[in-house]
Amino acid sequence: METIILFAPLVGALLGGFGWKIMGETAAQWLTTSLLFLAAILSWVIMLTFDASAHDNGYYTIELMRWIQSGTLDTSWGIRMDRLTAIMLVVITTVSALVHLYSFGYMAHDENFGEGVAYKARFFAYLSFFTFAMLMLVTADNLVQMFFGWEGVGVASYLLIGFYYKKPSANAAAIKAFVVNRVGDFGFALGIFAIFYMTGSINFDVIFAEAETLSQSTMTFLWRDWNAAEVIALLLFVGAMGKSAQLFLHTWLPDAMEGPTPVSALIHAATMVTAGVFLVCRMAPIMEFAPTAMSFVVFLGATTAFVAATIGLVQNDIKRVIAYSTMSQLGYMFVAAGLGVYSVAMFHLLTHAFFKAMLFLGAGSVIHGMHHEQDMRNYGGLRHKLPWTFRAMMIGTLAITGFGIPLLYVGFPVGFAGFVSKDAIIESAFAAGGGYAFWMLVVAALFTSFYSWRLMFLTFYGKPRGDKHTHEHAHESPKVMLAPLAILAIGAIFAGMVFYKPFFGNAKYVGQYFGVAYAEQGHGDDHAAEEPQAEGAENHGDETHNDEANGYDEAEPNKEVHYAFDGEPGQGAIYVAHDNTTLDDAHSVPIWVKLSPFFAMLLGFITAWVFYIRKPDFPRRLAEQQAPLYNFLLNKWYFDELYDAIFIKPSMWLGKFLWKRGDGNVIDGGINGIAMGIIPMLTRLAGRAQSGYVFTYAFAMVIGIAVILTYFTIFGGYN
Amino acid sequence: MDNLLSITTFIPAIAAGILALFLRGDDEAANRNAKWLAVAATVMTFIVSLFILVGFDAQNTDFQFVEDREWIMGFNYKMGVDGISILFVMLTTFLMPLVIASCWDVKVRVKEYMIAFLLLETLMLGVFMALDLVLFYLFFEAGLIPMFLIIGIWGGKERIYASFKFFLYTFLGSVLMLVAMVGMFVAAGTTDIPTLMNFTFETESFSILGVQIIGGMQTLLWLAFFASFAVKMPMWPVHTWLPDAHVQAPTAGSVVLAAILLKMGGYGFLRFSLPMFPVGSDIMAPLVLWMSAIAIVYTSLVALVQEDMKKLIAYSSVAHMGFVTMGIFTFNQQGLDGAIFQMLSHGFISGALFLCVGVIYDRMHTREIDAYGGLVNRMPAYAMIFMFFTMANVGLPGTSGFVGEFLTLVGVFQVNTWVAAVATSGVILSAAYALWLYRRVVMGDLIKESLKSITDMTTRERAIFAPLVVMTILLGVYPALVTDIIGPSVAALVDHVAIAQAAFEATTQMAQN
Repeated sequence: METIILFAPLVGALLGGFGWKIMGETAAQWLTTSLLFLAAILSWVIMLTFDASAHDNGYYTIELMRWIQSGTLDTSWGIRMDRLTAIMLVVITTVSALVHLYSFGYMAHDENFGEGVAYKARFFAYLSFFTFAMLMLVTADNLVQMFFGWEGVGVASYLLIGFYYKKPSANAAAIKAFVVNRVGDFGFALGIFAIFYMTGSINFDVIFAEAETLSQSTMTFLWRDWNAAEVIALLLFVGAMGKSAQLFLHTWLPDAMEGPTPVSALIHAATMVTAGVFLVCRMAPIMEFAPTAMSFVVFLGATTAFVAATIGLVQNDIKRVIAYSTMSQLGYMFVAAGLGVYSVAMFHLLTHAFFKAMLFLGAGSVIHGMHHEQDMRNYGGLRHKLPWTFRAMMIGTLAITGFGIPLLYVGFPVGFAGFVSKDAIIESAFAAGGGYAFWMLVVAALFTSFYSWRLMFLTFYGKPRGDKHTHEHAHESPKVMLAPLAILAIGAIFAGMVFYKPFFGNAKYVGQYFGVAYAEQGHGDDHAAEEPQAEGAENHGDETHNDEANGYDEAEPNKEVHYAFDGEPGQGAIYVAHDNTTLDDAHSVPIWVKLSPFFAMLLGFITAWVFYIRKPDFPRRLAEQQAPLYNFLLNKWYFDELYDAIFIKPSMWLGKFLWKRGDGNVIDGGINGIAMGIIPMLTRLAGRAQSGYVFTYAFAMVIGIAVILTYFTIFGGYN
Repeated sequence: MDNLLSITTFIPAIAAGILALFLRGDDEAANRNAKWLAVAATVMTFIVSLFILVGFDAQNTDFQFVEDREWIMGFNYKMGVDGISILFVMLTTFLMPLVIASCWDVKVRVKEYMIAFLLLETLMLGVFMALDLVLFYLFFEAGLIPMFLIIGIWGGKERIYASFKFFLYTFLGSVLMLVAMVGMFVAAGTTDIPTLMNFTFETESFSILGVQIIGGMQTLLWLAFFASFAVKMPMWPVHTWLPDAHVQAPTAGSVVLAAILLKMGGYGFLRFSLPMFPVGSDIMAPLVLWMSAIAIVYTSLVALVQEDMKKLIAYSSVAHMGFVTMGIFTFNQQGLDGAIFQMLSHGFISGALFLCVGVIYDRMHTREIDAYGGLVNRMPAYAMIFMFFTMANVGLPGTSGFVGEFLTLVGVFQVNTWVAAVATSGVILSAAYALWLYRRVVMGDLIKESLKSITDMTTRERAIFAPLVVMTILLGVYPALVTDIIGPSVAALVDHVAIAQAAFEATTQMAQN
């Protein structure tokens, strides 16, 4: 079943991409889409039936084929199936299948291609190929296979961003995405080398078992000795920064919006950009032993969440607003991962996939209905023209801004998906004592609310602006585009509530779900002195033990029981250090902390309402008053200009310098001096030989040598 | 079949002889016959060489299929293959039919052109099989001549300058090697390569003109061979002949040059420098590692600003060869495996890239990047092939380009993290220059009037690319095809070098105490 999920998209991509001339474009579209739906259904089956306790250490592997083998380096193509993989499978295949379906409508007509140009099959094949690469990434059981998927999704992203190959801006964005990602890959690759150097392996099971040893050893990297675990964690995180568009390596993501909107929904919102978060969670056993690197992850994640949100405040392109929102939400996920509450990071990854894919597809529906107009300043009052899209976008906005009923707990909090998962991160940030991260995230939540409502108000409320003709012809999208929205809407509403317990319950529920051993601890006990009283069955596959633990829990329901993770590195899908109790502490934060994101959301909503409904001319006046700040945000903190000045221009200049001066003057000037001295001499010789043509002579000479040598070689051998 | 190697080697030469002696006339029919005969000979060579591959025992690290006969002047005609050389033989026989097929449209002196390529194949095969110093040197140097002719006669406008530059650079490098060979003969009393590989050359330090030579004789011999192989590779800073040669060479010439001739340098390091002068290699390794790292970054930066497609790919070749030399001088399994893998993979990928340039050069007769743009609109199949090899060139996992790069970097990281970090930054630059090239040539709208009627690839062109695509993916997905064959021989070489180096360390330490 796992292999079917993995290879169905590849089969679709190959057959659809190469066979569409035989079967026709429509057949190719149906083929790829139905294979994806097959994969999605099977993924849900795995997600719902996967039982971590049924396998040793909470995972199992399927080896497919040998891969790179050289001395002690031994890698295979394989599938590692554990809870992390199962979650990602569901996210990837579900969103991908829906995006395939949606693309039937969205890509039906495209003005970027002339009459008679077949592009649909190519588009679907790329989508399917992307899905395959992404699945390879999450099912990998070693770092190199993961790197295969990592680069594979990069290529798919490159191809899809540049899908409108006639547009120079799309081509530039495609290259930018690939190259900036490669900067991240540079770190990732070095991390892999370092891991192999230290542990002699790149397979997860071996690396994880060595994690503790790594934290106690040092390695020389560049100019000094470092703690091995810290270096490795940091290098790998550089890779994650690139893929997940974290600050300093984020500049490609907004430009990536040049691609068709379904691509933005699938790749640049729901799946590929979350690969970095997945990487950090996957490498949890090493990350847990690298406290400094983890602080950096938290710091950068929080800063990214904040910076991206500020930029999102003033953007006018509907897709760019959502792109910055994605970047910001990824920052949230990294904060959670950096704090060691990996399950919460995965929780937000899951809910975000639903509501962000929906926002993008909703935006795509608006763009489709408005004849590829993307500037929100030319929208307005569209809720009457696009009623269903409006409803979907409303649900998505409520989900991302985190709308819910605070403090109500009926076994789970009541609210939209984002309310549950985002608040979980903010509470964790507070619980871990991260004042900086906590406040950054709360402010980012305020901004998120503001720009999301700004998007809603500008698009769907007020009076129509911009081209009258476009507005008159604005139309609701076909059902094939609305159906995916409806399905994602279900996820955006309920995913948070349904998955609350396994992702953000206590360590017991989370431990059971992820296959990590856990232990009970008395209230207020000193952590260092605790005695594990109950262990998860997964620890030794001991079923009775687990029942005991449950029985104990039920016997004294009133007593507040606290749990902490008790697994060893490599057991289960994630590893949490035994003294890391953030997950538990996050449930007992003060009331004002629990309320803060809600009020931030409310404040953002009210401000947006005042700005864009109540006093629509206020934003412009404010922008004029605060022109420097406004321009700073509008120009995205001038990152692009900065990079152009310090990286791109100097590289080009250096390239030219080395070519003309280095190769030309120094090397050739030196060595050619000799050569150019000889050639005229030969010419003179040739002239003396009374031959008009220089080369007749030179060749005669050379051919002479050739004949002699050939004679010796051939006939000499058989004397 | 105890002379299988000789048969393989000389089939092309015999075909060349037949062409030279019996084919008359310069008309259409004669040209066609010449081409078909050349195809038949190269295909036949490939088929015969398959017998070598099938009969080869990878677990045996000795030379196999050995032929040893007395030859002129007391030297022996000795041929053989081991795990290190056999795949270079296969690379050559595999590529030559494609090379011949790629020059189907040549109109000038077709017969001579075919003869040049057939002779070249014989000489290249001889280099990879020769087990005697003199024989090796003959093949090694004689290979220059057909290549010199190919560039000089069928090349572009500046072919005279380029062909002389090519010839003199490589020839001058080799003169030192010849001197060293004489020295080796004097010291060891034999020119037999397997014997020399187990011979320990003097390592006692001495000083010349007040300069202390650590490692003594070995270091000097190593330097002499290095001069030749470094030019052949080519390594920075003696690489400047390559871009010129590539630009002026005809397409098929470029393919052979990049895909096979450049590999002679790397093969030379593996056959001579490492096993015969392990101490010299050890002493000079830091130099080579840094030259390689500089080469990767330097030439990648230069590639970024090129305006000529072939020049860009040529500089990219130099960068990729940087990974090879870097891998070789790590002296560990991953580095050496990676270096050999990278050479083979580069044979397919760079060959294919030069063929890609050839496809549009044949149509538009210019290599200038600015003359193109938007080709995807009229040449979708070409766009796809070119994209594939562009990605393979930047080392995308799943293509053979990745495996070699990855293994060499894994190898060098264990030796020197600085070099590893500098070299790894090459992956960023390679993506930049390769995709930038692709964008300017293939992407965009088709605006230029001259390109409006350009046609997509013909069936013949597609058929040439097909085997290259297959090999690139096959080796990328299942590299065990290569590593299983080279692994044991490389392991033996690694051990041999390590033992020799350890022995030297021990003696120097004793001397110090």
